[in-house]
Amino acid sequence: MAISIRGLSKSFGEFVAVENLNVEVAAGEFFSMLGPSGSGKTTVLRMIAGFELPTSGQVTLFGEDVTNNAPFDREVNTVFQDYALFPHMSVLENVEYGLRVRKVSKKVRTALALAALAKVHLSDFVDRKPAQLSGGQRQRVALARAIVVKPKILLLDEPLGALDLKLREKMQIELKELQRELGITFIFVTHDQDEALTLSDRIAVFNNGKIEQIGTPQELYETPATEFVARFIGTANIFSADESLSMFGLGTKTMIRPEKIEIGNEGPEGTVMESIYLGSSVRLIIDLNGIRLVAELSASDNLAKTYHRGAKVNVNLSKSDLVELK
Amino acid sequence: MRISNSAKIFLGTATGGVLAIIYLPLFIVLINSFNKSMNMYWPPPGFTFDWWAKAFGSGGLLAALGTSVLIAICSSSIALVLGTLLALALSRYKFFGKQAVGLMVILPIALPGIVTGLALNNAFRTVLGLQLSMATAIIAHATFCVVTVYNNVLARLSRTNRNLEDASADLGAGLFTTFRLVTLPQIGSALIAGGLLAFALSFDEIIVTTFTAGSGVETLPIWILNNMFRPGKAPVVDVVAVTTVLISIVPLYFAQRLAKEDSK
Repeated sequence: MAISIRGLSKSFGEFVAVENLNVEVAAGEFFSMLGPSGSGKTTVLRMIAGFELPTSGQVTLFGEDVTNNAPFDREVNTVFQDYALFPHMSVLENVEYGLRVRKVSKKVRTALALAALAKVHLSDFVDRKPAQLSGGQRQRVALARAIVVKPKILLLDEPLGALDLKLREKMQIELKELQRELGITFIFVTHDQDEALTLSDRIAVFNNGKIEQIGTPQELYETPATEFVARFIGTANIFSADESLSMFGLGTKTMIRPEKIEIGNEGPEGTVMESIYLGSSVRLIIDLNGIRLVAELSASDNLAKTYHRGAKVNVNLSKSDLVELK
Repeated sequence: MRISNSAKIFLGTATGGVLAIIYLPLFIVLINSFNKSMNMYWPPPGFTFDWWAKAFGSGGLLAALGTSVLIAICSSSIALVLGTLLALALSRYKFFGKQAVGLMVILPIALPGIVTGLALNNAFRTVLGLQLSMATAIIAHATFCVVTVYNNVLARLSRTNRNLEDASADLGAGLFTTFRLVTLPQIGSALIAGGLLAFALSFDEIIVTTFTAGSGVETLPIWILNNMFRPGKAPVVDVVAVTTVLISIVPLYFAQRLAKEDSK
């Protein structure tokens, strides 16, 4: 295992940021920690990096217990949310830094730094200062600076958070390619569910300092374990235990994804409250005996575009598409 | 906010008046240092360089100047080291009694010099059993010089990104390497500004010096005090006063300029 975290907790005074966390991450995995702000994901990342000491528990990297090691005594490197580039150094000096403090000769470290900068497409900017770069370029410098020292694990703290949407999507693809090329473990912290789904092999969903569920993007979307996960990832129609009992004879809270709802000739009748055209799909807000449902139909289904506000439709909720929640 | 014309005239006159009260006497001292009359008759009956020549030909005066510069350099050097360490500790770490330490560090600048002087005099002589010397004066000056360095560095550190130090450690640098390669370049100009202010403070200090310097140690301000009322020495004292002002102004000017550049 690249990372094993056992019974990890962190309190700041009275506030419990992380509570009894257990995670294993395999070598070479792209692993995301997803959750709203304040859910403890960044604190976990900082404990893996060594910036925070856990209140209790253990962090093991490749079988070695590093719980109390200083940050410079761990084979991990971090890409910070605000990039934390050294403002008084040029791009090249920033990237050389990790090699410089390891006493690598000037000639070798310049060559390695230039290679790392080429990998992130920044070869033309080596002499600039960080203040003369755009957000996306700074992001790339931070990446190059972290990978040039060949860490076994790269930690990324919301690295794309400050970029605009177009650039973010471009960087997502580049990050994924970079990870495949380097073959190292990426631990990626984000609050953006789309980003986590796009990039990750597996995702841990954080809420209030605990992990709600760990799984592949598909598992999290198709079989969320809890209401929190169902709501945080994608859109969900959630039925309370009472509603589930009267509608499906199930005594637990249940969930169905919008695209699993069939609109046609079968099932109970509901009223279309709102019809939203989204290009590739049409989203319908339906009132079914006082329960509000979100359904999504493919826009290639010509019938879908004929359901306007006030239309009566038959709603078919197949029991096999229901997911029982904890 | 717009200001009416009459208010402008009033405020301008008031500002001019206040500045005149501060700087006219200094200007008179400057003129008197060229006054031909030994008793400083006003208006000066003539112009002479005699006093300047005499002042810089006087062994005692040059020795006093040397002593002042040496004490100022030593005490501001001590202040640079201690003030920087204090600012780092108080801005980057949490520890028991942090607030109390922060307050106690800046208190010496508010304490009356006579209190500091008496207290240190007692501590040096009766408690520690030390002979007063130049070293005791240096230590005494350092107590208030630390404040200016500490304040400057602390203000700078609060504006620099703490993640820079984390990033440095993350990339493999130990504490000292991080300080040398990352922290020091960030606080460099604050150190110079704080050090220059400390130098200026020490250079014209007189009360604390009176209580803590050994009997053979004569700083420039003390030399002035000792010679001011001696017959025939007044014009030479004027020369020294002008020199002292110049030596104090230069570091202040540079400290100000550094502060201004940083706020850009």
